Amino acid sequence: MSKKNVKENKLNKINDLNNENITDMNNNSQEITPEKIDVSRFEWIGSNTTESETISRPSTSYWKDAMHRLRRNKAAMICLIIIGIIGILSIIIPIISPYTVSEQHVTHTYAKIGYTDPGDGHVHLFGTDSLGRDVFTRIWYGARISLFISFTAVFVNVIIGIIYGGIAGYIGGAVDNVMMRIIEIINGIPYLIIVILLMMIMPKGIMTIVVAYAAVAWTGMARLVRGQIMSLKQQDYVVAAKVMGAKPSRIIGKHLLPNTFSVVIVHITLSIPSAIFTEAFLSYIGLGVPVPYASWGTLANEGRQLFQMYPHLLIIPAICISLTMLSFNLLGDGLRDALDPKLRR
Amino acid sequence: MIKYIGKRLFYAALTLLALTALTFFMMRWLPGDPFIGEKAIPETTMKALNKKYGLDKPMLEQLFMYIGNVLKGDLGHSIHYNRPVNDIIAQAFPYSFDLGIRALIFATIMGVFLGIVAAVKRGTHWDTLTMLLAIIGVSVPSFIVGSLLQYFLGLRVYQIFDVRLFPITGWNTFASKILPSFALSFGSLATISRLMRTSMLDVLGQDYIKTAKSKGLSQKKIIWKHAVRNAIMPVITVLGPIAAAVLTGAFVIENIFSIPGMGRFFVLSIQAQDYTMISGTTLCYGAFLVIANLIVDLAYGFIDPRVKLTNVKE
Repeated sequence: MSKKNVKENKLNKINDLNNENITDMNNNSQEITPEKIDVSRFEWIGSNTTESETISRPSTSYWKDAMHRLRRNKAAMICLIIIGIIGILSIIIPIISPYTVSEQHVTHTYAKIGYTDPGDGHVHLFGTDSLGRDVFTRIWYGARISLFISFTAVFVNVIIGIIYGGIAGYIGGAVDNVMMRIIEIINGIPYLIIVILLMMIMPKGIMTIVVAYAAVAWTGMARLVRGQIMSLKQQDYVVAAKVMGAKPSRIIGKHLLPNTFSVVIVHITLSIPSAIFTEAFLSYIGLGVPVPYASWGTLANEGRQLFQMYPHLLIIPAICISLTMLSFNLLGDGLRDALDPKLRR
Repeated sequence: MIKYIGKRLFYAALTLLALTALTFFMMRWLPGDPFIGEKAIPETTMKALNKKYGLDKPMLEQLFMYIGNVLKGDLGHSIHYNRPVNDIIAQAFPYSFDLGIRALIFATIMGVFLGIVAAVKRGTHWDTLTMLLAIIGVSVPSFIVGSLLQYFLGLRVYQIFDVRLFPITGWNTFASKILPSFALSFGSLATISRLMRTSMLDVLGQDYIKTAKSKGLSQKKIIWKHAVRNAIMPVITVLGPIAAAVLTGAFVIENIFSIPGMGRFFVLSIQAQDYTMISGTTLCYGAFLVIANLIVDLAYGFIDPRVKLTNVKE
């Protein structure tokens, strides 16, 4: 190959699409001499009409196909397992743990990771905090609160988003215009500021965070559903349903919404890390979960104050928050690839 | 074009109005009243006080008074610091702006650069590494990045090697500005690099890149002259939301690194329940962001003449 050719090949590495073309061209340059083949070597077997129409593989539905694609995505499957483990541990550990969440062991405060007390034989896997509370129990109890808040908040978001987006998308016109302008105004203000303002007014509590977050974060979902409904309602099968006299409620419930589910599921998976982050952020600046409860955010906040002496008190909740967010993000990416192969990169 | 600018300005004004109303009603909904003190105030005095401060007027009129005050630039008097809110903001804003701009510039340049590298070297270790960094950046909250950097690069390096590489707190020398700016920019950097990679891959598959290649341009020229210029467009559109993320992220970063910026005052005033301060800073933040979004929207039209601004809808 000439020097120029090498350079050209190098250049083509930047684009996978073209790599194929180049190899094709290289093959063409080698001369292929056509071989004479005797006709008698072939035999006409006729067409088998029944066999050509048989279905040789079991038919797969859209969801089965998507699940198959998801299962091949190793990163997403590992993340799914991690999420499962975190979920199960957050339910089980607070029940089977020998300590309660706020049980204090004043004799051994600030214990290091894997500490066993020589006196009473207490084992603290992740050590203890400033009041001698078992960090391992608190972490999994915190996981309960954090996950409960984020799941509920996202659930509320989805409900509001689907209703709002569905109405705006289905009716369209002036109603849609006004509804979208409202969303635009809400989106103009950073959501954390609104959440903080709402948190100030409402009494402290777990549901307050859910309400404050859900009051702002539904806009993304509403926009998404609206866009989907807008494009779906022009499909032929919707027109057919309308012609056959279906009521709008039936068209929305039976034909439009089920078809938005794939996008909604991806959005849910990617919203959960954002909800976890918001809860942690609020707790970190002292606005989040009130004192008798513990969430990952409050644990991180407590840890931060003692960080320079006892770094594990911050690092453990930090890892939990990051790992959960990471898992949901990667799972969301995997789901998007699986549910919408067109978007795949 | 003028119609579009007018429309954007109108929405910006509406957003600010909504925010002002929100802060106003928040102040009214809060428990207690402004004249609560040790001694009980006689009813007549109370009436006189209410009249003096306009609190006896109907809610709507009070709202208009408040909006008028805000328009005049009067954000009230901080209860906690016993100083006008304007003074505090004027003093703290430069720090926040400095931090935010540094983080924003770093995130944009590094994010775009990493995105280009990942797209050009698609499928190689560089790509995997960059995307791994990006997904970590999206998943690890800025306050965790900040605390960890402060501990390991600030404290541990000093304890172990006895060199003051980065000061733990403060905002004076250049070295002290590195850690907070980096911590604040990390998440945005990740978002930008992911976006840039996707958009770059999209552009590299276009026909005009093939044309440029076949007419014999060097790879450098193709990437910088043809690909990047087109691929950078989506990045510009997200700069508005990114600015918002950087701004709110600054609340904790300033707190962690003890930078006397607005975010720190904001968080401290939340903890001290200093309502005038909270609403004042909120309005300032809101106004800043609305303007930033407006600039980004308008700049987009100037940079990419293909975008017909009047037709833009969702």
